[in-house]
Amino acid sequence: MNLTWLSSNLSWILELTLAHLWLTLIPTVVGLALALPLGWWAHQVPRLYGLIVGTSGLFYTIPSLAFFVLLPGVIGTRILDPINVVIALTIYTLALMVRVVADGLAAVPRETVEAAEAMGYRAFQRFTRVQLPVAVPVILAGLRVAVVSNISIVTMAAIIGVQQLGSLFTQGYSLGLMTPILTGIILCLLIAVVLDLLILGLSRTLTPWRPAAVRSGKGVLA
Amino acid sequence: MSGLIEFFADPGNWSGSTGIPVRIGYHLLYSLIALGLALVIAVPLGIYVGHTGRGEAVVAGMANALRALPTLGLLIVVVMLAAPLFSSSLVFTAPAILVLVLLAIPSILTGTYTGIQTADRSAVDAATGLGYTPMQVLTRVQLPCALPLMISGVRGAMLQIVSTATVAAYVSLNGLGRYIIDGRANNDFGQMAAGAALVAVVALVLELAFLLAGRLTISPGLRRSERRVKVPASAAPAT
Repeated sequence: MNLTWLSSNLSWILELTLAHLWLTLIPTVVGLALALPLGWWAHQVPRLYGLIVGTSGLFYTIPSLAFFVLLPGVIGTRILDPINVVIALTIYTLALMVRVVADGLAAVPRETVEAAEAMGYRAFQRFTRVQLPVAVPVILAGLRVAVVSNISIVTMAAIIGVQQLGSLFTQGYSLGLMTPILTGIILCLLIAVVLDLLILGLSRTLTPWRPAAVRSGKGVLA
Repeated sequence: MSGLIEFFADPGNWSGSTGIPVRIGYHLLYSLIALGLALVIAVPLGIYVGHTGRGEAVVAGMANALRALPTLGLLIVVVMLAAPLFSSSLVFTAPAILVLVLLAIPSILTGTYTGIQTADRSAVDAATGLGYTPMQVLTRVQLPCALPLMISGVRGAMLQIVSTATVAAYVSLNGLGRYIIDGRANNDFGQMAAGAALVAVVALVLELAFLLAGRLTISPGLRRSERRVKVPASAAPAT
């Protein structure tokens, strides 16, 4: 490790880390927020399941770098605008989570849903107070996958000039210096571990009724 | 947008060593080489893990760790470390392909071993009862049953490869990514958009080809349960 480079670039590295966090978190949260109603819809209307899950799957097929470059032409933004990265990642998160939400809701035991119905819950109440809480472990397990993937995908945007931790890779490559690259990789992995643990913690907090052994998350994320 | 149309309308972009057909050819060639190598490594390993149940935790852990590892960083590190080891003609190509293979393995491996593990238990028992040897059980029952998940895994790997091969243009790999990198360097947004559109089309065509291959090769008896035997979301690649 080249400590001189590291110490003289500390504030830039911090800036990149914060930018990386925003570019990862906003799409993850917005993508999940959009996936919840859409996934519910796909679950409620079985005929729509294939259409919704299939269409979102096609978006997932488009390689990220191509997506970043193509979006400006479709939505009229500037090509180097970070908003392109945010929108592309939101669509990826939505594509992944829609299926997770629909499958998570499908895995809620029928008796539980019927009990809620018998107690007089309306469709919306049943969704927010019964189905969604029971599906939390599955949904958040999917969200862990999405957030970790997003952290990695954001770095690609360095190629088109959007500043975040990936900029350390391109910087290191043009300088022929390993230190910035390793710094970037380590920080990416660190953010991944922290966000992964945060979601795992959230999952446990939201499901106090589950036995500790199950809540430890083993077996949820294959 | 107008730059994009101009790019495709220019006959000069359709011929020669930087023309669209040659670049598509290189992109597919490198992708297929990487996929072939990944298959040779991952399928036997996946069969072993699925058949014996050994090393499952290691494989799952590896797949998760690789997802978090940023592809671009990995590419640059491997190219910087490995480039001196190769002769001049392979100096960028070989390390880049190495990374493509590495990234493709987890998806194929996961698809193969989960496919074999989730093969209908009663079918396996019935085959054993009929006097099949373990090898016959594997080739005549478990592998055909595992095919849908294996194909899903290979499809994921292919997408990951095509996507990463695009990014690898940054470390001088030939292929469609060149248009994006070179266009960026020259502020030629039409060329960038054209490259991106071509990459997206290639990825979508390959996706559809895999869907078709699945329809043609999966035993009709398994299709009814297709919705049940989905690859877990965690096996989706980060492209």
